[in-house]
Amino acid sequence: MVQQFESATLGMWVFLLTEIMFFGGMFCAYMIYRSMYPAAFASTSKHMDPLFGAINTAVLIVSSLSMALAVRAARLGQQKALQILLLITIFFGLCFLGVKAVEYHAHWVDNKVPLFAGHWDYSNTPESPNQAQYARQAQILFCFYFFMTGFHAVHMIVGVALMLTIFFMARSGKFNATYFTPVEISGLYWHFVDIVWIFLFPLLYLIGHTKNIF
Amino acid sequence: MHSIPTVRTYVLVWLTLTIMTFVTYYVSTIDLGDWNIVVALLIAFFKMMLVVLIFMNVKADSPLTKLFAGAGFFWMILLLGQVAIDYISRAWMPEGRMW
Repeated sequence: MVQQFESATLGMWVFLLTEIMFFGGMFCAYMIYRSMYPAAFASTSKHMDPLFGAINTAVLIVSSLSMALAVRAARLGQQKALQILLLITIFFGLCFLGVKAVEYHAHWVDNKVPLFAGHWDYSNTPESPNQAQYARQAQILFCFYFFMTGFHAVHMIVGVALMLTIFFMARSGKFNATYFTPVEISGLYWHFVDIVWIFLFPLLYLIGHTKNIF
Repeated sequence: MHSIPTVRTYVLVWLTLTIMTFVTYYVSTIDLGDWNIVVALLIAFFKMMLVVLIFMNVKADSPLTKLFAGAGFFWMILLLGQVAIDYISRAWMPEGRMW
């Protein structure tokens, strides 16, 4: 059983390595374009609300705590605690997606969605009188923003579905103190998605926080 | 089998992660020039290590799992490092000539 458990953990890490490559490519492309257009990225980043980003970071960290505690409960064979903690994790996962939806909606209304005719407007406004000079580069950052947070959100949706499955498995008594591999494995996935966000938050939301380059 | 970390450990890690999130936010409001991104990434790296070692419990995993987790990190360093070296050194070339 111990060997089975270790093989399963290792297999999950191999999967996570492919995920690292998936997100790594986007982080790499982001790094290149940011080094090409630092001023434009700093200016454009002001359209992302760091408060939403910070709240979502905190929400994800709480969900990671409840996930870690859920795995702990599973190891100790505490079935009731496991189910409650899984539900808490799902709840915070949905909170994260809710905040994300509010943000996306704000960008949609604000016409900051590139590639959608009629929903992209980067002309000067009273609040940002000099932004039009960055109109083209701003599209690049917004594309990165939507692709990176979008793929992250897809991973969150998969994670929530995964947690629901684990919850129903736990409720039908599939796990005990000697068998809890699926809980542990999905926990690894959940923490990985959390780590991606830990990097996305400073990279997308906090670029030009101090500088007045509008 | 694994040693099981205490609830206290998990809560302490969570507290540290939350405090670090506030620190990231606060530091980003101070103008440190080019160092803003360095500090932000260092904090993010520290948070990642906490999640990987304690929440994902790699600290107590088998050496083989540790190797695989480390390989992912090493691969990121290779990708970002090599690309960065390329793009940084391009500026050293004479104007308009790449080679």
